[in-house]
Amino acid sequence: MITARYAREIPQRYRLEASRCAQCATVSFPPRLVCPTCKGRTFSTITLQNEGKLLSYTVVRVGSDKFSKETPFAVGIIELKDGIRITTQIADANLEKLAHGQTVRLVFRKIQEDGKAGILCYGYKAIVV
Amino acid sequence: MVGIVGYGAYVPRYRIKAEVIAKQWGADPEAVTRGLSLVEKTVPGQDEDTITISVAAAQYALRRAGIDPKEIGAVYVGSESHPYAVKPSATILIDALGIGPHVHVASYEFACKAGTEAMYVAYSHVKAGEMKYAMGIGADTSQGAPGDALEYTASAGGAAFIMGRERLVAEILFTHSYTSDTPDFWRREGENYPRHGGRFTGDPAYFRHIVGAGKALLEKSKMAPADFKFAVFHMPNGKFPQEVGKRLGFTKDQMEAGWIVPWMGNTYSGSSPCGLAAILDVAKPGDLIFMVSFGSGAGSDGFIYRVTDEIVKVQDRAPKLRQMLDSDKVYLDYGQYAKYRRKIKLNE
Repeated sequence: MITARYAREIPQRYRLEASRCAQCATVSFPPRLVCPTCKGRTFSTITLQNEGKLLSYTVVRVGSDKFSKETPFAVGIIELKDGIRITTQIADANLEKLAHGQTVRLVFRKIQEDGKAGILCYGYKAIVV
Repeated sequence: MVGIVGYGAYVPRYRIKAEVIAKQWGADPEAVTRGLSLVEKTVPGQDEDTITISVAAAQYALRRAGIDPKEIGAVYVGSESHPYAVKPSATILIDALGIGPHVHVASYEFACKAGTEAMYVAYSHVKAGEMKYAMGIGADTSQGAPGDALEYTASAGGAAFIMGRERLVAEILFTHSYTSDTPDFWRREGENYPRHGGRFTGDPAYFRHIVGAGKALLEKSKMAPADFKFAVFHMPNGKFPQEVGKRLGFTKDQMEAGWIVPWMGNTYSGSSPCGLAAILDVAKPGDLIFMVSFGSGAGSDGFIYRVTDEIVKVQDRAPKLRQMLDSDKVYLDYGQYAKYRRKIKLNE
């Protein structure tokens, strides 16, 4: 069962909530308990912008069990306008036309299912715009 | 006055042509396309469902309304393809959009009119003074059994409407509902696909209820069909809405803007709401809109809207429905479609 972990991650997976360190302003995504820059422990919550550009990508042709029926699909590194870099699946992609530097937007999609009877897990994926 | 302060619609990228489905089952593609007045239908991506479609439509509605999501007091999602049997779709939506947790949510089901049910209740809450804003959504990833007539039309999409009292883009002037026990279409608990009564879905069901609600709405409002700029009805195929509009006294010109079914298919709970969104995309201040949904089982919800001056400020704040229908299309063959719609048996 992945319900507890999934519920904890909802703020970042659904709403792109990140933490900004009160001491040094370092932004961490996903949010952290200790700032990786200054070891500060006080943060404010900010919401990241949902647009960015595709820095790099790969095409998965042999997926893990949960994703084996979705192949081929692309996974990319996105640099959001805030400067934060995230790794995410690229949805609805024309794999032949993907290119570094393309503008992308994050959308709300189903990420995985916890088996046939378990919970459905949602979060962000990128689409090329 | 209570009405719509923001609206949004969403259509997936994927399509399958009716002729491709016809060829798969040995039917005459020309006869099917002509008989249903339907060219193609939308198909959800493998990672799309009623919840993701509702979120996308609601994001556009919020963008047009320009309000703080926290001010929304209720969110209702009407669908017959809620991903969970037990857990309201809107629980996920409100967390995705930052609306909750001080919000009332529910899932509605009433075949193809669950969306207008959600809109009706959202409107009533605001009218009663219970809350400042409420959102009603109609969305579906409609089911149709392989080889069944429904497979040609059952499609995916949805529309969201935020009801309020200030800065309305469309006032709701009148409503009327018409309901009876009519077993024209149903799905029993645990069944994968709905069943229907064939021709019984026509006159005793679709036409009786829409005409019943429509006539009552005209009487209640003391208006005539000629008073309206636009009319939209539930769209199970291309022909039924044209015919029911004609029976009520509306012309093809009045129905053209909302008649999206030939290129979208029947989005079930999202059908007439998406038609309304397509109309709002092109409406001008002062235009009157006549809308009647239909849900098997059976019932119809009718609404009369008057578009306000605000409409021109919000139309371009989010993608328009026909733009989404006409652009970025990815056509599937029947094998891909069967995979996307999980019609293939797999080892678990």
